[in-house]
Amino acid sequence: MKVLTADTAVIGGGPAGLAAALTAKKQGADKVLIIERNNELGGILQQCIHHGFGLHRFKQELSGPEYAQRFIDMVKKTDIEVLLETMVSELTPERKIYAVNSRNGMMEISAKAVVLAMGCRERTRGALRIPGTRPAGVFSAGTAQRFMNIDGYIPGKKAVILGSGDIGLIMARRFTLEGARVEAVVEVLPYAAGLTRNVVQCLEDFHIPLYLRSTVIEVHGEDRVEGVTIAEVDEAWNPIAGTERYIECDTLLLSVGLIPENELSTQAGVAVDPVTNGPIVNESLMTNIPGVFACGNVLHVHDLVDNVSKEAERAGRFAGRYALEQGEDWKKRVKVIAGENIRYVVPHEIGLDEPVEFFMRVQRPDENVVIDVGGLRSVRQRSIRPSEMLNITVTPEMLKNVTGDSITVQVVTLKEAEVRA
Amino acid sequence: MIDKTRCSVQIAIVGGGIVGTSVARELSKYNLDVLLIEKEAEVGWGTTKANSGIVHGGFHEVPGTLKAKYCFPGNQMFPQLCEELDVSFKQNGILMVARNEEEMKTVEQYLERGLERGVNVRLLSREEVLKLEPHLEPSILGALYAPEGGSVMPFELAAALMENSIQNGVQLLTENPVTNAWVEGDQKVLETPAYIIKAQVVINAAGLFADDLARMFGDDYFTIRPRKGEEYLFDMTTKDLVKSTIFPVPSTKSKGILVIPTSEGNLMIGPTGDDVLEKEDLTTTTDGFSRILEGARSLVPSIDPRKIIAQFAGVRAASSRHDFIVEFSPNIPGLLHLAGIESPGLTAAPAIAADVVQMMKDAGIKMEPKIDFEPRRRKVIRFHRLSRKEQDQVIKENPAYGRVICRCETITEGEIIDAVRRGARTLDGVKFRVRAGAGRCQGGFCQPLVMEIISRELGIPFEQVTKRGTGSEQIRYAAKELLTREVEQ
Ligand SMILES: Cc1cc2nc3c(=O)[nH]c(=O)nc-3n(C[C@H](O)[C@H](O)[C@H](O)COP(=O)(O)OP(=O)(O)OC[C@H]3O[C@@H](n4cnc5c(N)ncnc54)[C@H](O)[C@@H]3O)c2cc1C
Repeated sequence: MKVLTADTAVIGGGPAGLAAALTAKKQGADKVLIIERNNELGGILQQCIHHGFGLHRFKQELSGPEYAQRFIDMVKKTDIEVLLETMVSELTPERKIYAVNSRNGMMEISAKAVVLAMGCRERTRGALRIPGTRPAGVFSAGTAQRFMNIDGYIPGKKAVILGSGDIGLIMARRFTLEGARVEAVVEVLPYAAGLTRNVVQCLEDFHIPLYLRSTVIEVHGEDRVEGVTIAEVDEAWNPIAGTERYIECDTLLLSVGLIPENELSTQAGVAVDPVTNGPIVNESLMTNIPGVFACGNVLHVHDLVDNVSKEAERAGRFAGRYALEQGEDWKKRVKVIAGENIRYVVPHEIGLDEPVEFFMRVQRPDENVVIDVGGLRSVRQRSIRPSEMLNITVTPEMLKNVTGDSITVQVVTLKEAEVRA
Repeated sequence: MIDKTRCSVQIAIVGGGIVGTSVARELSKYNLDVLLIEKEAEVGWGTTKANSGIVHGGFHEVPGTLKAKYCFPGNQMFPQLCEELDVSFKQNGILMVARNEEEMKTVEQYLERGLERGVNVRLLSREEVLKLEPHLEPSILGALYAPEGGSVMPFELAAALMENSIQNGVQLLTENPVTNAWVEGDQKVLETPAYIIKAQVVINAAGLFADDLARMFGDDYFTIRPRKGEEYLFDMTTKDLVKSTIFPVPSTKSKGILVIPTSEGNLMIGPTGDDVLEKEDLTTTTDGFSRILEGARSLVPSIDPRKIIAQFAGVRAASSRHDFIVEFSPNIPGLLHLAGIESPGLTAAPAIAADVVQMMKDAGIKMEPKIDFEPRRRKVIRFHRLSRKEQDQVIKENPAYGRVICRCETITEGEIIDAVRRGARTLDGVKFRVRAGAGRCQGGFCQPLVMEIISRELGIPFEQVTKRGTGSEQIRYAAKELLTREVEQ
């Protein structure tokens, strides 16, 4: 067994891992290591060949691979070590990493700090328990995306897409541009789950119908999908009898949610928030295991890669600092509570000496509201949607006003007079 | 008309389910010329693929039935069989739980039944049961315990039986449904899309279609009725919820809804038992699921449906005789029916196969033992079950074991290549042999990679790799193909 050491070991070489490694390196850590199971860096961005990445970060519309390449180039200019086609099989609370690849066999890597950046996976048909037959031609949207953009194949020529998550919307356009037909996008919620700009640019511009408050209630076809039955649903998401409709298709794509991949983390003893499915972290994005940090989609599912990079830089900075044994001297810890119409807030716990960037999602869409961060800062929003993540930074100056041992983040709906004012 | 290949064998087995493959292996111990004919792309894809995987204890069956005759002896054969064939098998024990006084009385009757047959069964008090299985419904009164009940991967077993049969000289013909059959003198003739096969003895192990095959010969003294069972499979994180297979007290119709730790350890719940119209009705339903969840939760209340990763349905072949049919046809000499093998057919299969040998001998067929019969197949490397040191060693010997393809179940390229070399032809074939794609992401990540390996190993184009045989291609067109077609039109 090969024995290695690292100051900061980053698990996952997607946008989160790349940014975290770069900032960890900038902290002055000697040896930073990225462990990636794919045969190249960049993570899922490599199959996202559409544009729309980097607007915030680079003030430019880049494709996924272009965005990734900027970070890969930066990594290449450093002495950050990269292990490709290497799978981490275990992480211990003492920050030992066990990983395998074909060249080295089993490796044991002792790290002073670890950054978890493993990303997420897609929810499956099995998890939704969609009734019917189980033929070929049912894919999660990301798998179809890979077949099309990496392998160069088109799954079918008539698709129905269940779920209006961003990957599903992007794939609706991609199928159409390839000469395939998208018969319908079917969403159980009363509103689209993806970004508004994707609804406009990927569905409306191509006249692809979006059926809200509807779902697929049965899959048909023995060997290959032959069609699906869709139906409208009631408040409890039960199909409404009499609204069933058969749609002929040879492909069913699912874009029904992403789940942070925390099997490795939980095995190590990292505590996970049941709402985000990601680790519980403090303002330095450290988990309950000292020296283990998390960022990107493994922490919570983001809709913009720009936010991932930003968050990962924070994790990388603190991980790098921890590796040099400078971390962990916060004076006061304060819990962060998700209040009215807030689904979750990350981080879950903060100190008061550093600026904190809160990432949050709301529960329901609303208009003309104020996001109140524990009375420390209020931010007015014309429109809020669960699909669009909000981020609000609070300075140490503002944090001086914290009195109790918790702060609540909440949405306050403005009255009409206030809106006009 | 295409010219069909003609051939002639001593024994033709129709159907490569657990029954057909068990018989094939048993017969491969003798100097016989045996051909197994299967309609699907691989063996084990009928009812054998889609069941609860329980090696039953042998205390359920009504005395005097063939089910009773074969179940317990079958159970007793499993440890050695699975050891020889290197198949995942766990004797995790069976508990039949009583939830009230009346059920307790029934449990006692089953205890009696088991003891009479020599099954290792005993009664456990409420405290003993809860000590063994702390997550069971706490209000239960007690249970029957059969420690020799077990759990197996049925598809893996059928594939292993076939592999070992082939090693010992049996021939396999796949993707060839028998579509017509007749008698010619003392020979029986089977017609498939590509072949005309003459055989001295035909063994009917066609599962749900056993009556259809019999009828092709003009033999119609039994029928097979399809009875569907849905099953729901959980993520590996359910591994420690229960250790034993948990049964309720059975109804007159079925053994009820069970909580089943698979031989890998994750949970499965099911099955329903619903009469259906079509033999190939493999749909899962919302109604089936709610009945299963309710039943399972009455045994283990903390079962969490959010951890379900997959579901499937299997169809039982219930015969008009309400029992197994294991006999030479009274109408067609040399036609041996192994029909109506519904539950506990998986458990009974090894014992049925052993009896087939006896029946052949009794029928005067010369059965000369093969001196060089090899009972073992080549050992399977299951990377995720090895220690770190062993994993390191295996990778040194073959670097393909250092490339993890299925991240959820930690299945390596080496294992997938090996599966294909042992006979896997499809994505499902790989999945059921080595579990690549059987985990929580259900192949979302590894499917393209597995397809690449299958395509490379079999020397077929990527787009011709199927989920489970011709017609189930995952990929239909090359990029830009649809656009260029449009232009052409
Ligand atoms: C939901 C469910 C749960 C069960 N659970 C258990 C359990 O826990 N324990 C247990 O012991 N038993 C269980 N059983 C029963 C068990 O699965 C069956 O008894 C067993 O699999 C039957 O095997 P078989 O070989 O007879 O049939 P099959 O596996 O169906 O094999 C028949 C084969 O014949 C082929 N075939 C059919 N017609 C033709 C043709 N014309 N030409 C060529 N090939 C043909 C088919 O393709 C198929 O491969 C369960 C059954 C179900 C449905």
